[in-house]
Amino acid sequence: MKITLHVWRQKDANSQGGMKPYEVDGVSKDMSFLEMLDMLNEQLIVQGKEPIAFDHDCREGICGTCSLMINGVAHGPDGSTTTCQLHMRSFKDGDAIHIEPWRSRAFPVVRDLVVDRSSFDRIIQAGGYISINAGNAQDANNLPIAKHSSDLSMDAAACIGCGACVASCPNGSAMLFVAAKIGHLAHVPQGQPERAKRARNMVAQMDAEGFGACSNHYECEAVCPKDIPVNFISEMNKDFMKASLCGDS
Amino acid sequence: MAFQLDSKIPEGPLKDKWTEHLFNMKLVNPANKRKFRIIVIGSGLAGGAAAASLGELGYNVDCFCFQDSSRRAHSIAAQGGINAAKNYPNDGDSVRRLFYDTIKGGDYRSREANVYRLAEVANSIIDQCVAQGVPFAREYGGLLDNRSFGGAQVSRTFYARGQTGQQLLIGAYQSLQRQVAKGSVDMHVRTEMLDLVKVDGHAKGIIVRDLVSGEIRRHAADAVLICSGGYGNVFYLSTNAMGSNVTAAMRAFKRGAGFANPCFTQIHPTCIPVSSEHQSKLTLMSESLRNDGRVWVPKKAGDDRAPRDIPEGERDYYLERRYPSFGNLVPRDVASRAAKERCDAGFGVGSTKLAVYLDFSDAINRLGEDVIRARYGNLFQMYEKITAENPYKTPMRIYPAVHYTMGGLWVDYNLQTTVPGLFALGEANFSDHGANRLGASALMQGLADGYFVAPYTVGNYLAEHGCMNADEKVTTDHAAFDEVEKEVRDRLDRLMAIQGERSVDSFHKELGLIMWDNCGMGRTKEGLQKALKEIPKLREEFWKNVRIPGDATSFNPELEKAARVADFLEFGEIMCHDALDREESCGGHFREEHQTAEGEAMRHDDEFAYAAVWEYMGEGKAPEMSKEILEFENVKLTTRSYK
Repeated sequence: MKITLHVWRQKDANSQGGMKPYEVDGVSKDMSFLEMLDMLNEQLIVQGKEPIAFDHDCREGICGTCSLMINGVAHGPDGSTTTCQLHMRSFKDGDAIHIEPWRSRAFPVVRDLVVDRSSFDRIIQAGGYISINAGNAQDANNLPIAKHSSDLSMDAAACIGCGACVASCPNGSAMLFVAAKIGHLAHVPQGQPERAKRARNMVAQMDAEGFGACSNHYECEAVCPKDIPVNFISEMNKDFMKASLCGDS
Repeated sequence: MAFQLDSKIPEGPLKDKWTEHLFNMKLVNPANKRKFRIIVIGSGLAGGAAAASLGELGYNVDCFCFQDSSRRAHSIAAQGGINAAKNYPNDGDSVRRLFYDTIKGGDYRSREANVYRLAEVANSIIDQCVAQGVPFAREYGGLLDNRSFGGAQVSRTFYARGQTGQQLLIGAYQSLQRQVAKGSVDMHVRTEMLDLVKVDGHAKGIIVRDLVSGEIRRHAADAVLICSGGYGNVFYLSTNAMGSNVTAAMRAFKRGAGFANPCFTQIHPTCIPVSSEHQSKLTLMSESLRNDGRVWVPKKAGDDRAPRDIPEGERDYYLERRYPSFGNLVPRDVASRAAKERCDAGFGVGSTKLAVYLDFSDAINRLGEDVIRARYGNLFQMYEKITAENPYKTPMRIYPAVHYTMGGLWVDYNLQTTVPGLFALGEANFSDHGANRLGASALMQGLADGYFVAPYTVGNYLAEHGCMNADEKVTTDHAAFDEVEKEVRDRLDRLMAIQGERSVDSFHKELGLIMWDNCGMGRTKEGLQKALKEIPKLREEFWKNVRIPGDATSFNPELEKAARVADFLEFGEIMCHDALDREESCGGHFREEHQTAEGEAMRHDDEFAYAAVWEYMGEGKAPEMSKEILEFENVKLTTRSYK
């Protein structure tokens, strides 16, 4: 296959960026999207040009490092997929593909398609944990947890922190990411003592980082590679309201 | 100059060693803990758990990772589970049995005392993780569920769907971020350790490169912990993440840390086969699938029929045939070799003929598609995305791939390397898995080292050797930092100055092929000698002809890769030396000259019951080997049988 790429190039956070065209020939349908970019980079390096910087690591859809807006859609056209799992069989010969970095004020561009997502870490630091030191724990089976609750917790905990939800939200909201962490810990008994404080502090940090608010577009749910449902956002709103009105009790 | 290897195994009966040692170790009082600074390299299960735990104890911690967040370390990709001897299923498990299975699974090439301690602390890990909110799978009664893994006849594996590593890592990450918020841990993301600084023989700091700004920085500390994972990417294609590398361990090796058993590599039997030359990595299909999947090839060589058209009687379920008591759940090394044997003999399937079937149809008929989906849904989905085939309808095609490295920096019972003050945890050390790691034991070891071993043993080192007087502490102004920083800068300048014709990846791929062909699943004297000629040649070409675009003073992923590949090009040679030297087959190390008539690994315990510890002897010189003789007082060395 022959593909035309239009790729966002930007030297660093302070430079002006822009789209640049590239032709890639000899793309096979079994290649992953990132392997197609590897091939282009290999050509650019041999030609003495600067390769395209993009984030990636595990290449099996779990580390959350890879990103990319592909033709305007976070992680590309296939549902429930990270960019690293997207394969070229989802495209056809002669296609033009536009590739941009995650778009959000809270994710400044580092170079080309690489962005800085440290705001997510700071939101977790604000309360996305259970306060327990190593050594404090009781026997694991002393705390039975209904399978249904545990499964719900796991549904939320599946979040990989990639930021696709933010990149595709018209408001640049991080509410699905924050709600996933709050939901993970709210559905198990261990998370109860700090539940109210957690919701209040994490939401406050999210606002401080410059993420927008949710206005129910549900774009986040549509692009989430791990299919985290938006009802976790409703639950988070409930926890946040309750914490705001009743304090930490 | 050979190493004086003192494993510091405590005296006394096996089951009392750790308890006694805990009592005998010196403590640092709470007020003094904040006078010490500890560097942790890596933020995976070992590093993340260690950094968080040391921070909780009151130490000052600097933790480094090359990823953009500490949540992304490759521990996250572990799928199947984590072992512990809770004996919740009441099927006869015990600390002793977990110890025994791990020693036997490692083909009697690990240290008894360390393995016993691992089995002992494993139960606390499950407790700790549940308390952190890790959503392990549960039964309807609300209690924890277990499943079986290879090399064991009890169900002792705890799991969180097919994302156990992710959930455990997020648990450690949350604890780590809590310490960051408290100010006890400084987290340095997108920062890579490029060298170790020693003062008077003790590890006192590191030189790092900020991967965004390109800035070279110095960090001083009272102890350094290397938790940087394994070196499987020396093969280029592996199940490791693209960034996984040997650099931190290799730098430590060059500064005097012994490297033990580098040739012990785990080739995992169930991975998605290589499909093209453009492939950048291999994807694992969890071992847990062998609970319900049956492995087979056609009985007739070259049978091209679709798998569903091959009748039952014409299929060879070769693992069940060869190993009736363990069947599809034989350990990884055994399953991998058996797959290679069938494919080499012409019975492989798929377009490349380098694959075997992993078939779920019996389980689906017995349990229903819903049950199988609940157990393995995400794995099946991952398989379908990569291959465009539906494993509910047609068997998976799988083939072995490089997955884990049992070798690593040599450590004593305290996890300290041959350099005082330098510790190695998790996959980066060598101690617990011998020549073959059992499934669901990597997560166990990483967390054991990080939560429950290093926090005590590092404290013991600091109590004995740490300097509490702020005026006498080594700072980054020390001449040793000047010297090492200059070496780091010179090396990066040399790399940038080459401006040759070939990309870094092209060298990495070529090295990977040499390693896979000669130091992979089957090794011979001839092949290893050939590799030992080819690798130096390739390395020489690399230093003349690699092309790194951009500059060293800004974000430059090609430079990062080049520095890592330069280390792999040296490290590959050490692996081949080790593989050549070990004239026996054990676990994942299969020397074709040493096999039984049935093609099983043949150990030579009289000559090789030791850990081979390699020492750096200087630029251009062959490394030298010292031996730590492994003494087995609590298990009888037998030929491993899973028949």
